Amino acid sequence: MSTTTKNMNKYWRIGEPMVWLSGASLAITLLTAIILLAVIMINGLGVFWPAELQRLELQDGNQVIGRLIKSEPTADGSALRRQYKIANRDLYGLDFRWIDEDQIVSQEVPRNLLVLERIEHGDFYGELKSLNLNGTTRTASLPDLTKALIEVETEIRGLRELEGKLKDASYLMEQLRLKKLKFDYKGVPANDPKQVALSQEKAILDEEFGHLIDIQTRQNARAREDTAMFTDASGREKEIVLADIFQVYAPNSMGLGDKIAFYSAKLLELFVGQPRESNTEGGLFPAIFGTVMLIFVMSLFSFPLGVIAAIYLREYAKEGIVVRIVRIAVNNLAGIPSIVYGIFGLGFFVYGIGHSIDSFFFPERLPTPTFGTGGLLWASLTLALLTVPVVIVSTEEALGAIPREMREGSYALGSTKFQTLVRILLPMASPGIMTGLILAMARAAGEVAPLMITGVVKLAPALPIDGNFPFFHLDRKFMHLGFHIYDIGFQSPNVEAAKPMVFVTTLLLVLIVLLMSSVAIRLRNKMKKRYTFGTF
Amino acid sequence: MTAVINENPIIQVNNLKFFYPGDARALHGIDLSFPEKNVTALIGPSGCGKSTLLRCLNRMNDLIDGCRVEGEITLEGENIYGKNTDIIELRRRVGMVFQKSNPFPKSIYENVIYGLRIAGEKDKKLFDERVEKSLKAAALWDEVKDRLQESALGLSGGQMQRLCIARAIAVNPKVILMDEPCSALDPKSTARVEETIKDLRDDFTIIIVTHNMQQAARVSDHTAFLFEGNLIEYGLTDQLFVKPQVKQTEDYITGRFG
Ligand SMILES: Nc1ncnc2c1ncn2[C@@H]1O[C@H](COP(=O)(O)OP(=O)(O)OP(=O)(O)O)[C@@H](O)[C@H]1O
Ligand SMILES: [Mg+2]
Repeated sequence: MSTTTKNMNKYWRIGEPMVWLSGASLAITLLTAIILLAVIMINGLGVFWPAELQRLELQDGNQVIGRLIKSEPTADGSALRRQYKIANRDLYGLDFRWIDEDQIVSQEVPRNLLVLERIEHGDFYGELKSLNLNGTTRTASLPDLTKALIEVETEIRGLRELEGKLKDASYLMEQLRLKKLKFDYKGVPANDPKQVALSQEKAILDEEFGHLIDIQTRQNARAREDTAMFTDASGREKEIVLADIFQVYAPNSMGLGDKIAFYSAKLLELFVGQPRESNTEGGLFPAIFGTVMLIFVMSLFSFPLGVIAAIYLREYAKEGIVVRIVRIAVNNLAGIPSIVYGIFGLGFFVYGIGHSIDSFFFPERLPTPTFGTGGLLWASLTLALLTVPVVIVSTEEALGAIPREMREGSYALGSTKFQTLVRILLPMASPGIMTGLILAMARAAGEVAPLMITGVVKLAPALPIDGNFPFFHLDRKFMHLGFHIYDIGFQSPNVEAAKPMVFVTTLLLVLIVLLMSSVAIRLRNKMKKRYTFGTF
Repeated sequence: MTAVINENPIIQVNNLKFFYPGDARALHGIDLSFPEKNVTALIGPSGCGKSTLLRCLNRMNDLIDGCRVEGEITLEGENIYGKNTDIIELRRRVGMVFQKSNPFPKSIYENVIYGLRIAGEKDKKLFDERVEKSLKAAALWDEVKDRLQESALGLSGGQMQRLCIARAIAVNPKVILMDEPCSALDPKSTARVEETIKDLRDDFTIIIVTHNMQQAARVSDHTAFLFEGNLIEYGLTDQLFVKPQVKQTEDYITGRFG
């Protein structure tokens, strides 16, 4: 017995099991993170790839056109079944269909099958039959359709421009309305020159607006005259207005180069395009913009606040029981559920400060709130509160880590506390402070719960920055990638169709966090190089 | 015993008592006067209060919360612990070089003019002039004159310590305090710093703490021996090392304890 127990004892003494344990826990952590990322990447990156369309003939004689999503064993495990996206929601009522593999008689990949991306009702899979242009119908092929679409496109672009003008006009009208409200509130009589001028202005605008609406109605009607006739798998005909078609392509006749070009264009659209189909398709630009802007404005508040608070705690406050309690409290603030911050933000910022602002500055608009409702500003402030402990803790640590000799060296040359702080301590602490900011930004980017009650929306009518004075509209509601994920993944009427977008959005959110923090990390490394000791 | 050397004292310490927080007495009533434009060495075993005494002279101990000073220190006749003492002004007149060299994470140039900048000086010509003069006085000019804008953190340990000396000189102090300036340096760097100290003697009053008897003997004009918070013996270095008056001093310098 003696030798084995001796060996065992030695084994424990050296700490071999501890090494294994710590190694294993690191491996598990890494593995889960990698799996999570891989799942997001695999599902997210494949969404825009123009995969082939299959035409299937089933045993019951039915024909199906669809895109293979996945195949898996049936419930009893005896055979395989496949999931196809069959699109044509307006015809079939659903986008996806499960087909048992033994039901399939034949399967082919005809080159003429088309995918139409439509403004409404999702994709359409089928064949082109004829074009109806300017009232005459003729059979047509894909090039004809593409050409017709390009023509329609110019008309549509005109319409978009018109829409933009309408938006500006209605913004101006809203401003006039608010001005008039103010005059009325102040009791300016209706025959006062100011009021008269206002109503004249309004009359002009009204007329212009009506004129624009007329043009829009006419152009819209003209644009919707041209249609195309398509057939689905079983030959059922479907007439589709060209203006409703967003994009058309024949995946089965695309080469690899075409596919890559298509994929890239889709990715670009994702970054710069507007969302369609209750957010399940189209671009994510407003959400990306909202997310980045939120984090930015949040940092603008939380960074100075946290740094200054930490400076006070570390450099000015007398070390004692009060400071210790404050420090413990700050550390524990990080543990409060974020929804609690959200509720606080709603109560304090939105209802408290927001309402006060409204009743002081915009009393004429009440009960319609201006600042007394959720908006980018309040959401940023709420997140700033949530992240400020992180900044405080890391700043304090960074300041505390500066060797005493540095302070003494500065004092010995006759500098004041403030000069030492600004010229020596803050630059030397800056890498540590940056670390805090990085952590804070990452935390803020991932928060959704507090936003949901302080101003995030499913679809914002306008961005928080635009060309209308005063350019920054922090009172506006905004879109956010995190909320987007929740919304399309769990609140959308057609969850299966929205699934790809969930992955894409998640991937994008991860990328944005990664991008922002890598910029910050680079900055930090630069500071580190500048402000820390090299070896002697 | 107390010894007062009355040739032109610039700093006079009268019955100085110092208490660290919790009433831990570190100095038990020191009487001492430092002559102008001389090098005075403070020696004594570890923990005897050399640094404490030194740091009382530029009120560096004020940074410690809860410490207490009794007695009086006058600099050119003025009590530096008086009610209206301007500590900033005092520290400009009494510079300090630390045991561990502590250049700021800035360029060599900026390090030297740091004291001038915080005093509100903006004259670029004066800066250039002072940088050259101070670095020359600290015997560093030839080594760094081509890399003034490079980070001071890239210098060697000995160069860094001489930079700290240059930085202290640049504000034109009357007195320079040095707390074991060579303890972290190799013999060659030590020799250079000692050379520097000797050169500075003509313009500044230097008070240096050292554990190295030979160093004290080499660089100082006067030496004070402290033991457990008391001044035991004070006199001309040549006399103190050759013929100490007190038994404890003799034991210490001959290496019998401490
Ligand atoms: N910050 C402090 N708080 C409390 N006691 C201190 C503090 N600094 C020093 N002391 C004590 O005061 C006494 C004198 O310390 P001091 O640093 O002046 O000694 P020293 O002579 O410089 O020693 P060394 O040669 O080791 O540097 C010592 O007993 C020390 O423990
Ligand atoms: Mg000491």
